Amino acid sequence: MEEKRLLKGNEAIALAAIRYGADGYFGYPITPQSEILETLEAEMPWETTGMVVLQAESEVAAINMVYAGAACGKAVFTSSSSPGVSLKQEGISYIAAGELPALIVNVMRGGPGLGTIQPSQADYFQATKGGGHGDYHLIVLAPSSVQEMADFVYLGFDLAFKYRTPAMILADGIVGQMMEKVVLPPARARRTDEEIAAQCPWAVTGKNGRGHSNVMTTLELNSELMEKHNEHYQQTYRLIEENEVRYQEYYTEDAEYVIVAFGSVARICLKAIEEARQQGVKVGLIRPITLWPFPTKRIAQLGAQTKGMLCVELNAGQMIEDVRLAVNGTVPVYHFGRMGGIVPTPQEVLDAFNEKFNEAKM
Amino acid sequence: MKEEIVIAGFGGQGVLSMGKILAYAALMDDLEVTWMPSYGPEQRGGTANVTVIISDKEISSPVLNSYDTAVILNQQSLDKFEASIKPGGTLIYDSYGIHHAPQRTDINVYRIDAMEAAFEMESAKAYNMIVLGSLLKIKPIVPIESVIKGLKKTLPERHHHLIPMNEAAINRGMDLVK
Repeated sequence: MEEKRLLKGNEAIALAAIRYGADGYFGYPITPQSEILETLEAEMPWETTGMVVLQAESEVAAINMVYAGAACGKAVFTSSSSPGVSLKQEGISYIAAGELPALIVNVMRGGPGLGTIQPSQADYFQATKGGGHGDYHLIVLAPSSVQEMADFVYLGFDLAFKYRTPAMILADGIVGQMMEKVVLPPARARRTDEEIAAQCPWAVTGKNGRGHSNVMTTLELNSELMEKHNEHYQQTYRLIEENEVRYQEYYTEDAEYVIVAFGSVARICLKAIEEARQQGVKVGLIRPITLWPFPTKRIAQLGAQTKGMLCVELNAGQMIEDVRLAVNGTVPVYHFGRMGGIVPTPQEVLDAFNEKFNEAKM
Repeated sequence: MKEEIVIAGFGGQGVLSMGKILAYAALMDDLEVTWMPSYGPEQRGGTANVTVIISDKEISSPVLNSYDTAVILNQQSLDKFEASIKPGGTLIYDSYGIHHAPQRTDINVYRIDAMEAAFEMESAKAYNMIVLGSLLKIKPIVPIESVIKGLKKTLPERHHHLIPMNEAAINRGMDLVK
């Protein structure tokens, strides 16, 4: 049994990436996620696993280094916080177009603009609807604990390689900065060049006895071919939607009302729900773990069995659009959110719930 | 068992590391624990606070609206957190720099002179460990042995010679509680 450690979410990401056997990290510091780069530099994995850790000159440079590393079949990742992730969007679109596996971590802070360094979930639209140009999706994982910060590094990389598509860990300042008990997943060896060549026949690895070299480009001036590429991307996205939806539920069996929340906010809501349950109010929680693909079917089912839903987010109302699409008008869906880096307390969530569903009060 | 604690004071008083040492001790006892700091510019010269939750069950929210115990080390923090202590809860405060004593009568209030004790020990660095000692005397959430075990585990070997000093500071803090 692996040792239990007390780690910050950001530290957990760094240590998990080394243990996963990641080949490279390229990043640029920004609060509240700088500990990812700092921990990697302190651990010096280039001396143990051979993993490259590089502080790039900018976020744009870092994402393009990820693009190149991914094109070579390497397990590479980058991390940043909201303003920095905006800078990366062009590169992310290219990585998606190149059907390349890569991991991007966004530890969100309050925006828009340079904003604040305090926690936020205001990049939901950017992460789930394609922040860059063109029709593409990222697999978006939303951790709510430090353990999940570590686990989702593995899951994110694995899914990225399985579907040849970039994956994102969409965290917030709370899970990035808080410390909790973590058991790091089992260590894996970095893949050898031979293994990469065998497992990733698409990778840019030289001729490799094939008589031709793979070339990575996302330019296709023949529109008919470009449409074929798009159809292929969409096939992949349908497969992901069928197979990779993940969520967690609490107290939903008998729930008359359901709160929908992701990341650390789901835990704040859970405490509010425990309080409400003590007062006899039958309220449950669904926490989407994959924000894309979204648990649309399950939320539609819950909509059919409940009187109403409350979507709690650290933004002005973003995930609520997906919840409303899912329930398609069958039940009222309300929003409660704080913005700009303010985090609501469990009591504020409970007050918002009581206000929206007045008749639920006993 | 569940203890929801806030530790608050000036940046530089060792508020965050005191919380961290407490969290490590809980880890040594195989309890569930979350350590949620205030982070950002307010740590430099301004106020710093950390929420530590220790429980034998899974912990839901790392963010709280009320606390079982508040450890308060300056006036601003007293003004901020006095009202958020649960009725019947505990307030431990260092009298140093406090101009307005706490007003609540529905909580247990302990005044400790930890800063004075740190001056006497001629060790400003021991301050947060003195406070931790007082906290653990009033609220024996974790045994001292677990604190020392946690320190040994987290301090680099070259700093292990500081452990006896830390232990002495904890004991001093325990003695401050009458």
